[in-house]
Amino acid sequence: MEALSRYESLVDDFEAFVESCQRPLPTTVRVSTIKGDVDRTVRAFEDEGIEVERRDWHPGVLEVDTSKPGNTWPYVHGWVHGQEEVSAIPAAVLAPAPGDVVFDPCAAPGSKTTQLAAEIEDRGLVVANDDNLGRLSALRGNCDRLGITCAAVTNRDARHVSLDDFGGVDAFDGAVVDVPCTCEGTIRKNPDALESAGRQSSRQMAKLQTAILRRAIDLTRAGGTVVYSTCTFAPEENEGVVDAVLGDGDVELVPFEIGLEHDDGITDWLDESYDDSLRHAKRFYPHQNDTGGFFTAKLEVRG
Amino acid sequence: MRQNVGHEFDRLPATDAEREVEGRPSRQAVVDWWADRFGVDSSVFDEYTFWEKGKGKVWALPFDLDPPVPVESLGMKFIRTRQEHWKPTTDAVQRFGGHATRNVIDLDPDDAAAFVAGDTTEPEWDGDWGYLVVRHEIAGAPEPIGVGLYVHHELRSMVPKGRQRDFRES
Repeated sequence: MEALSRYESLVDDFEAFVESCQRPLPTTVRVSTIKGDVDRTVRAFEDEGIEVERRDWHPGVLEVDTSKPGNTWPYVHGWVHGQEEVSAIPAAVLAPAPGDVVFDPCAAPGSKTTQLAAEIEDRGLVVANDDNLGRLSALRGNCDRLGITCAAVTNRDARHVSLDDFGGVDAFDGAVVDVPCTCEGTIRKNPDALESAGRQSSRQMAKLQTAILRRAIDLTRAGGTVVYSTCTFAPEENEGVVDAVLGDGDVELVPFEIGLEHDDGITDWLDESYDDSLRHAKRFYPHQNDTGGFFTAKLEVRG
Repeated sequence: MRQNVGHEFDRLPATDAEREVEGRPSRQAVVDWWADRFGVDSSVFDEYTFWEKGKGKVWALPFDLDPPVPVESLGMKFIRTRQEHWKPTTDAVQRFGGHATRNVIDLDPDDAAAFVAGDTTEPEWDGDWGYLVVRHEIAGAPEPIGVGLYVHHELRSMVPKGRQRDFRES
């Protein structure tokens, strides 16, 4: 937990924060409404003797009292996807409409892709890219099981994706850019998540994250929305990256509502200061909602 | 005639008369197969384009793109063609099998558990031999589990290994 000490000035109740980081996570699933229905899924779990608790902020997110939701009928039918609660935030914030063309540049293993497909009611196109060929099979497997027809899977470097593969598509309507990060916020399920954490690794990671976010912005139409997210606490990878792309002048940071406890994004960190609008971003700490840690910012592409 | 290019997704022709690639099924033939075999109303697929990648594998996408599309996967693997008996995929039957009105078999809980574990069962069936939509009742309504092949008075489970589960108490 030593690596978290640099956040003592950021987090109001630092003791509760550290204590929460040491507890295991509850098991949650998201109901995929392409084949599934929330009420019917709850009933099917309960018929199997599994207790279910619904989350208020998102009707499809359920806490289930089993460590193996993959070993149930609702899973076999492709009604549910095992997904950490905060990982359901970015696609819900983008909230694309049926018929939209949506981009998920860092897609594997597919939690965001499959949620985006459900958001557009499986009508339109979700371009799901990942540079890691080995992780594509998990992405494809999840799309298959959840009955998704609207996804196209590509295997490119997210910094250099082009629309050349998709004749007839000029630009994306929206994107969820959930970048590779130091993953400090996953400490509750990955005990070694903090091993390589620190300012140096975060600064290194930020270069890649900025390039991926820039590319997604370039490919999104004027008036479209790009949601940037990470599962780390590090401001260098969060506000720092968003601040860098705001400086390009192509996007602005916009406010969004979500029914989860959070802190606003920060505008000062060590020797750096970020654009005032970064307070519209949101930081989710583990002790606030009994989840992993997460960061989300909503960007609108200028006309 | 053009060639079938194995690593790209190419559009199915609308009808057999517009075919440019030898042996390629038409969109019409694919949609008709679901109507003939399972009674699925063709309008269910109105928004869909159909694509071939690899010989005979047909994919369904609810979007219109200019062919060819050189990607890893495009939409849902829908049906296997270019063979005597076309075979629907588990994914397609789970997704669209709810619209089926014939060649649908409902299993009791024991047979459903055996079927999803990959085992052959002997349920009562006096209909056609061939591929069936296999359902069971869950949370108050029937739901497709996958594809079964009914031959010689037995129902063989076509549930792929990675999708099989054994819910039976040992």
